[in-house]
Amino acid sequence: MEQIRLKRGLDIPLKGEAETKVGKTIVPETVAVKPADFRGVVPKMLVKAGDRVKAGTIVFKDKLRPEIGFSSPCSGTVESIVRGERRRILEVRIKADPVTEYLSFPIPNMRDAKRNDIIKILLDSGLWAALIQRPFGIIANPADTPKGIFISGFDSAPLAADVNFTMRDEQDSLQEGVNVLSKLTGGSIYVSLSAKDYAASPLYKLKNVKQYCFSGAHPAGNVGIQINHISPIAKGETAWTITPAGVAAIGKLFTKGIYDISRLFAIAGPRSEHPCYVKAVPGFCLKQISEYISETDCKIYGQPVGIRCISGNVLTGSNIGAEGYTGFYDNEVSFVSEGNYNELFGWAKIFRPKKFSMSHSYFSWLCPKRKYNADTNVNGGERAFVMSGLYEKVVPMDIYPVYLIKAILAEDIDKMEQLGIYEVLEEDFALCEYICPSKINVQDIISRGISLMMKEMA
Amino acid sequence: MKGLINKINKIRPSFEKGGKFGALHSTFDAFASFMLVPDTVTKSGSHIRDCVDLKRIMSIMIFALLPALLFGIWNTGDQHSLAFGLGMSFWGKVWYGFIKLLPLILVSYIVGLAIEFISAQINGHEVNEGYLVTGMLIPLVMPIDVPLWILALSVIFAVVIGKEVFGGTGMNIWNPTLLARAFVFFAYPSHISGDSVWVAGLANHSAQLVDGFSGATPLAQASSGIATPGFMQMFIGNIPGSVGETSTIAILIGAAILIYTGVASWKIMVSCLAGALAVGLLANGLATPGTYAAYPVWNHLVMGGFAFGTVFMATDPVTSAQTETGKWIYGFLIGAMVIVLRLFNPGYKEGMMLAILLMNTFAPLIDYYVVESNIKKRMKRAVIK
Repeated sequence: MEQIRLKRGLDIPLKGEAETKVGKTIVPETVAVKPADFRGVVPKMLVKAGDRVKAGTIVFKDKLRPEIGFSSPCSGTVESIVRGERRRILEVRIKADPVTEYLSFPIPNMRDAKRNDIIKILLDSGLWAALIQRPFGIIANPADTPKGIFISGFDSAPLAADVNFTMRDEQDSLQEGVNVLSKLTGGSIYVSLSAKDYAASPLYKLKNVKQYCFSGAHPAGNVGIQINHISPIAKGETAWTITPAGVAAIGKLFTKGIYDISRLFAIAGPRSEHPCYVKAVPGFCLKQISEYISETDCKIYGQPVGIRCISGNVLTGSNIGAEGYTGFYDNEVSFVSEGNYNELFGWAKIFRPKKFSMSHSYFSWLCPKRKYNADTNVNGGERAFVMSGLYEKVVPMDIYPVYLIKAILAEDIDKMEQLGIYEVLEEDFALCEYICPSKINVQDIISRGISLMMKEMA
Repeated sequence: MKGLINKINKIRPSFEKGGKFGALHSTFDAFASFMLVPDTVTKSGSHIRDCVDLKRIMSIMIFALLPALLFGIWNTGDQHSLAFGLGMSFWGKVWYGFIKLLPLILVSYIVGLAIEFISAQINGHEVNEGYLVTGMLIPLVMPIDVPLWILALSVIFAVVIGKEVFGGTGMNIWNPTLLARAFVFFAYPSHISGDSVWVAGLANHSAQLVDGFSGATPLAQASSGIATPGFMQMFIGNIPGSVGETSTIAILIGAAILIYTGVASWKIMVSCLAGALAVGLLANGLATPGTYAAYPVWNHLVMGGFAFGTVFMATDPVTSAQTETGKWIYGFLIGAMVIVLRLFNPGYKEGMMLAILLMNTFAPLIDYYVVESNIKKRMKRAVIK
């Protein structure tokens, strides 16, 4: 196994890590499928309120690529289709049955199954959406043959779910999933493991894969960073990525013939009560885990603050509110305090022990073991870009982040291409945004760059 | 504490758009955010943010300048006392220096910040913290007897022409502090060159001077072949010169703070030193003994503005090279250029200011080639061209 050591990156020490035990299994009451989880998808509804669906029934498909559908994670009745501004579809809410009925899909004989048969089953079941294409992070195009399929076997984001724990019972499904995936690519399946505990990983025992071992701080677990070190994406190439949970779901689809995407979710964050794992389907409602939200009145500098509920991790997740529904790709829910308070002379305090900073201009480095109650305060005003050489410290790729950002701001397509827009997604720059003293919204800029490129390529 | 927060938040509405003092929005904001970290929360992207901001970074810069500032205050008194044989006490020197320097600092801050506030007001920006550092740096690179009106003019030039016309802090090409100094140097050369401007009171009362005290800086002495003070004295810094530049040891304390906090690039400092030593040793090796070129190069490192420029000016994150490889090249060329200017340019004894301004101009070019080599690497592996 090849070792790759990343020297750049940052692990943000946060309180509220999930304890590795399953707190409860959630029988969904209402679930939602959200088009916004899928980049670039324009939904065309296939169901209306009142329709019966089973787990695996396609509820909407993509207008631009109608072969790609998205299905309900459980059986039940379509309750409502929630629309936002300009009638944009936000959520398809499904009132779940107490016992899930699964649509059954044919199980091909893997030995002589053709690539097209496999693709058809994946598309019909709605599980195709689990395959993400690089560049751009959109759902893979079934007509492409990627140069490889990359799976990150660990998540290095702050308080992220421990893959070794969430996948501990999925050994067989993972292997079956890998066997299926290997029919889709001309290249290999690449699995990256963490140097810290690779031997304990269920992905370590997989066969028919190429394994790499990564050490270093976040974003070492980001699949984009790993691709950059294993086999960087050049112009004209595509690679596909999938999460371990996605691989396991594919494995179940091809052994049991059902669309079962249930998985373990980590509940974490400074404002979570007894953080641990729950078993649920993506799209479950946070109301069902309300007991894990710390209800005690929280005051920061004497001012009461609310709670932000995030589907995903604190760097890249989405703010869904206390009654929101989790995202399709997520396996984590984070609770942090809102930062709507004023702090007197915050920047001028010699010691600011309640706050973490990567910068040595504060003294957090004196207590490396300390964990922090982070909140959503921006901690300063937005300014012009001043400090050079900082972003590079948290982007372990052969890329000049600032120059890429400038090319995007200038909407210079050629430069973006030359500077590596094909190799990055927002998540790879999340730490730049976190550490930026000028408080520049880096992820928004990258996102804009990716949309610009997609428009240009279309 | 809580009362102050409430008070500020109570008067805030009248400074918002449509409020009684709505026009003074950005001025109020500057003061309010100086005292209170604003209660803005993240709206998109990363939900949590590091607690470092530009205010903190700028305040570290000022903190790092303090040793040089304090030494400059004492040295102003010390040089004055030496020149006129006054035999002042330690506190007497400090008080004299403080009284001499205070007006310079006040003028620099008042004029510069006024322009910053006005331009923020006009453009509807928030007031940027950049000038808090520049405003402290400018008096430190001036001779102590510089007339206040010249100082004010140079500040106006540096802030308006050097910074605001490019779009404010973060957008400028040249280091504003050095632009202010260059302005005085070219517009009013008699106030910033020669032997009589570096010690307080020398120009007007040269008759009462102690015998043998010339007021010349070691650089001037070295270039005209007169014996300079010893290395150690120049290292400690009780020599004539611009206010903050004389004490290498005080500057090194500042450098340690800047490097440790990561506020300034150690790569630029190290490569600048390397550049100066490389060219200097070459010159030393090739020169005929007794000429200025044979003057030991390590003395150059503690004379004039070399140390101050290396630590506080060359490392300005906005005007220096932005790529890490570029920083090595940029710093090395500054160091090399300083020694070349000092040794081979008879008209101008100090090379630091012009070397840095020159390399500021070329920094984008250096970065361009560094980035271009990264692009070439990437394009080489492209599948379709």
